Parts: sequence; structure tokens; C-alpha cells
Amino acid sequence: MSDDATSAPAPLELMQGNLDMISGVIPWGRRLGFRMTKVEKGHVWGVQPWKERLVGDPDTGVIHGGVLTAFLDNLCGTAAGSAMDHLRYVATLDLRIDYMRPAEPRRDILGEAECYHVTRSICFTRAWAFHETRDKVIATAAGAFAITKPRAPSTMGGNDAE
Amino acid sequence: MPSETLLSRAEEVAAFIARTPFAQELGMRCEVMGDEMTAILPFQDKLIGNVAIRAIHGGAIGAFLEIAAMAQVFLVSEHLVRPPRPINLTIDYMRQAHAKDLYARATITKMGRRMCSVQAVAWQDEKSKPVTTLMAHFMVGGD
Repeated sequence: MSDDATSAPAPLELMQGNLDMISGVIPWGRRLGFRMTKVEKGHVWGVQPWKERLVGDPDTGVIHGGVLTAFLDNLCGTAAGSAMDHLRYVATLDLRIDYMRPAEPRRDILGEAECYHVTRSICFTRAWAFHETRDKVIATAAGAFAITKPRAPSTMGGNDAE
Repeated sequence: MPSETLLSRAEEVAAFIARTPFAQELGMRCEVMGDEMTAILPFQDKLIGNVAIRAIHGGAIGAFLEIAAMAQVFLVSEHLVRPPRPINLTIDYMRQAHAKDLYARATITKMGRRMCSVQAVAWQDEKSKPVTTLMAHFMVGGD
């Protein structure tokens, strides 16, 4: 059982020490401006700031639903990564989003995701987007992620080719 | 006359894309042919989700498909004054989207008075090898 990954730091510790890196290394994440604010094992929090260029309806100034797709996808993926004992890259298999109520104009959106089950090859996750608390949710998401083969810790940010 | 209606509808779809800041941010456009439409998302570095393999971000593809589906609904529903509002959507990621242009087509599976059901597919090299598919419900009724 001398897997290279066993001697490496747990993903959770790496993530907690590099919160800004998690979405900072993703060009589309940087463009949207979302970031992770807190990570626990299998549980992640983040914020998607309001920006003029992310608006879906110029009459209302509300952020486009498509922005939440990327934000919730990344939250779920990060929750999945943090739930594992060894570093693994996860790829979205599917993602379902339910829109409960419109976001309020010109307001940042908070998000939270949890990974509630992990098998040998799949992580099951769910997420919530809201302004204040999960009681008044804007959108919910459910996503399944495929766990890919082990990678060295140095590639955590996706900085090299496989 | 129907053809005139469709023509003006095509212009409205273009106007809808042009006035939606986030559609502009994505950099997508729609080519309308009568009641059919192909959405195009030209590859741009900012759309990347995984730098190592230069794959387009799944969230960007999902948003592209969502807007393509909305545009298709808008195109064929003459009574709609405002773009359809999404109720829910399911995105199925089948293949990696490489660093090249993406195309999408949306099909309306059921158009009701208040809600409609839409399926959309995104591809790169071959339409028979979809990169991502989307199934969505939209509110189309009056507010």
C-alpha cells in the first residue's frame, strides 16, 4: 500500500492553507470573481461578488443564473476534493440546479457545499446559494463527481500536464 | 405574416443576447435560420476551467447551454415579451471541452402555456459526440 499520495499532506490541509488558490488558478473562476472563504472536511463556503458584467437582466441588475452554475459547480467540486483522504482530481459528471427565488439586485451571493457520500469512484455533493442564510435560498444544486487517478501534490492547482 | 414574424423574432434574439451583460461576458452569439438556431461560443482563454488540460470550465458550458435554450424558446414563442425564466436545469458532462469553439442547439420538447421543457446539446468536432447536454424547465407565462 505504498501509494505516493499516502505520504503527502491531506487535501483538506492543503486547501485550508491555500484558500485563494482554489479558485484563483481557474481562469473562468477568476473572471467571475468568486472565491472560497472556508473549508472543512467535505464542507466548503464561498462568495460570488456582484459585478455589472455578470448581470442577466439589465432592467433588474440581478446576476445571471449561469454565474451560479460555475460558482456552485466549483463549490461542490472543492467539497468533494476536501472530503477525500488523498489528493484526487474530480470531474463533474452532472449538476442539477433548482432556482428557488431570484437573487436581489446588486448583492453578493454566498454559497455553501457539502460532499455527503464518497464511493471508490464517485463523490455525491449538494450546494446552496443565498444572500444571508440557507433558510432563504436562491438556488440549490446537486452534483456527482468522478474521482480521477491519483496525482502528485504539486499538481494540485492544475499547473502541469498529466 | 409568419416569415415576417420569424424575421423580427431573429432580430429580437440578437437583441436579447446583445443586451444581456453576462451573454456578452461569455462572448457567445446566435445564428438564426428561420425557426432554428445555432449558438456559438468562440474559444477564449478566460473560459478555461482546468489550466493543465486547457479544458473549458463546465460552468461556462452550462451557462452557454442555458442561454442557448432561453434564446431558442424566445425565438419560437411569439407571445413572450420577456426572456423565459429558468425553473431548474440538469447538466450532463460527457466529454472534456477542448480549447476550441463550442456549438449548441436547443430543442423544445414541450411548450406549455406557463412552462416549457427544453433540451440542449453542445459539441465541438462532431455533433454526434456531445460534450455536454442540458435539460431545463422555464417559466414562459406572464408575470
